[in-house]
Amino acid sequence: MRHGKYRFVASFLAVPLVLYVFYVLWPYAQAFNIALTNWNGFAPPVYVGFANFQRMFHDQLFIKAVEHNLFLLLALPLITVTIALFLSFMLNVGGRSRSGVRTGVWGSKFYRLVFFFPQVLAVAIIGVLFQQILRPDTSGAFNGPLHALLGIGPVGFLTNPTVAMWTVLGVLVWQAVGFYVVLFSAGMVSIPQDIYEAAELDGASRVSMFFRVTLPLLFDTIQVAWVYLGIAAFDAFALVQVLTVEQGGPDGATTVLANEIYRSNFVYSRAGYASAMGVALFFLTLAFAALTIRITRRERIEF
Amino acid sequence: MPSSPENPNSPLGIGTGTSRRTLLRNAAAVSLVALPGAALLDACATSSGGGGSTSGGGTKSAENPLGVDPKAPLEVVIFAGGYGDEYAKQVHVPIYKKAFPEADVKESGIQKIATTLQPRYNGGTPPDVVDNSGTEQMDFGALSSAGQLQDLTDLWNAPSVDDPKKKVSDVVQVGMIDQGKLDGKSYIFNYVSTVYGIWYNAKLWASKGWTPPTTWDDFTATLDKIKAAGITPYGYAGANASYYQYLVILTSAAKLGGADILKNIDNLEDGAWTNDAVHKSAEAWAAIGAKYTDKSFLGLKHTEVQLKQNQDKLALYPSGNWLENEQKTNTPATFEYAMFPVPSLTSSDKLPVTAVWAGAGEPFIVSAKGKNPKGGMEYFRRMLTKEGAQGFTKLTGSLTVLQGASEGLSLPPGMTSSAKAQTAAGANTFYYNFDGWYKDLDTELRAATNELFYGGGTADKFVTRMQAKADAIKKDSSIKKFKR
Repeated sequence: MRHGKYRFVASFLAVPLVLYVFYVLWPYAQAFNIALTNWNGFAPPVYVGFANFQRMFHDQLFIKAVEHNLFLLLALPLITVTIALFLSFMLNVGGRSRSGVRTGVWGSKFYRLVFFFPQVLAVAIIGVLFQQILRPDTSGAFNGPLHALLGIGPVGFLTNPTVAMWTVLGVLVWQAVGFYVVLFSAGMVSIPQDIYEAAELDGASRVSMFFRVTLPLLFDTIQVAWVYLGIAAFDAFALVQVLTVEQGGPDGATTVLANEIYRSNFVYSRAGYASAMGVALFFLTLAFAALTIRITRRERIEF
Repeated sequence: MPSSPENPNSPLGIGTGTSRRTLLRNAAAVSLVALPGAALLDACATSSGGGGSTSGGGTKSAENPLGVDPKAPLEVVIFAGGYGDEYAKQVHVPIYKKAFPEADVKESGIQKIATTLQPRYNGGTPPDVVDNSGTEQMDFGALSSAGQLQDLTDLWNAPSVDDPKKKVSDVVQVGMIDQGKLDGKSYIFNYVSTVYGIWYNAKLWASKGWTPPTTWDDFTATLDKIKAAGITPYGYAGANASYYQYLVILTSAAKLGGADILKNIDNLEDGAWTNDAVHKSAEAWAAIGAKYTDKSFLGLKHTEVQLKQNQDKLALYPSGNWLENEQKTNTPATFEYAMFPVPSLTSSDKLPVTAVWAGAGEPFIVSAKGKNPKGGMEYFRRMLTKEGAQGFTKLTGSLTVLQGASEGLSLPPGMTSSAKAQTAAGANTFYYNFDGWYKDLDTELRAATNELFYGGGTADKFVTRMQAKADAIKKDSSIKKFKR
């Protein structure tokens, strides 16, 4: 009987497993192989050893891209999680206590819906949308009022090299927050009300209730969010490709690893070098995920 | 390539529709370019075998000098950008089918040439004819070093369809065949005749009493007048079309120091960028950028800036002669396109003021490893007929490289203006190839041009930066080199 059960399970897993191996693992393995060649996408590849990896360290754009990815890795989870935590706390437990049950601020149901809106839009649409919103002339939705009301000259949100990366970060946060508000809200709902009630009886303020009750009990969810956002920070490809000047410009000021990989393969026809960068990205992502899970490992609180 | 218009149909840029999933494919595993449906063991991305057999051809005759197999199917892929692909659908394919009624001709218009076709070349099943154009064109160097390009010498030596007494090479624009050579071999057929200049609204200028300047002092004086009239004098789209402006900078350099300046740049000669002519030109254009433009154009796309010109908010815009046709639907009745050549920098310029960047654009290739390379060349021979060329001009508003093809056609004012400029230039035309040969150099020059013109850069920084990049490419043994 036992034997039959495994066969039953295996029959369900076979098809997805084959697809996964063929379309995910096998290409990954090939990328490691191609990374050691000078393949240009057309002619048969020739093995060149670690030349592609050596080249990476002299490639200013690659270094810039890694820096930008690391910047996103630090800033994106931090800012998104902070804002999402604050918002979901206000939506769920930030309001008045009604006969011992904590509720969100007034209109929280409406806000919850509104915050989720950006999540519904495709990244390409967000890119085009913000291109118009951030237009550097006075017809931009930001620059228009800035110019008319405050008399500030057009701000080059996407054209000023020092501002552009922050703009990309801002748009990424704007898009991500809604999803994590929902995620954290779900986590907060499952925190038993009597813990809050006890804290309230002890005279805890909202701030200490947040830091002493909500945050510790939500830690698992935050950890998941952190890993998701970290991986998103290694990506950012579509937004950079659509939103920024010259796909990662001005002058490489917003480029990320994935864009350099794309450019190397499809513009410069350097599939070997692109694969080498892909391998580097693979290890960076893996290292990040392993590190996060290790650092944040702690006792689980059952409730 | 500056000889091709930026694709207006894709406002999203080349990232359009790239999902996270496509990213993962491209990023972590470029190798997924392997054709789906290939057998598991044969699915290694780098395998370049397979594919069908090449058609041996039919018997040669006066009607069929290339010896095309009249029954062999032909596949044509057109870059559906600024020119669309109606000209192939409505004109060229029917002409070919009329000559070879038994042939099954399949035509498709796409925009992402490289992402769509690279896997097919790699898999050994390329289409026969490709219009390899647009931002996502395939790298010619990589294609040629892989032996994927058909040598077109037989085509140029074949008799022309309209006048069998003349060879095809005798009926096309002078220099076009040379421009399409890689390592001395004729691989690329550039179909569209392109002239570059600075475009303005003839009606507005007439009403204001402004005249096209010829000297640099004239030019700046005119820009001052335009500025005083409350119009942005000069600008280009930094977000995706900075190569329109680098062409102008290099035009000034070529006029000042002679056309060899551009040849040296193409050949990656030492000091090709740091010489006096390029430096002076960069200096002059940096000064224009500092004083006569709107810095916000750095963040705009070509269609957005071109619209500003149509609204008379911008007076001068550098572009190729496709501009008028591209803006057809946005041009108000008060706007009439006209162009003038880039004004002379000094009175001692080596080339006269009438000299223009003129070349052939819209590069077509035949796949050597396709199923019907002879049919591909025959398709080109049919494109170079009066019927094919006039059909193209009627549908796209652009002239072809076929000599005298515009006879009897009434051209719109902008086209007339650029045709006049080309006639006035005579033999004083020039072009460059580095942007197609060395994509790295093209990318660097786009960024450097934006820095110079909109970012308050200096000529010193510009030439040093470009020379450093050119030297790096020269030293890089992994990049295939070309000479002309």
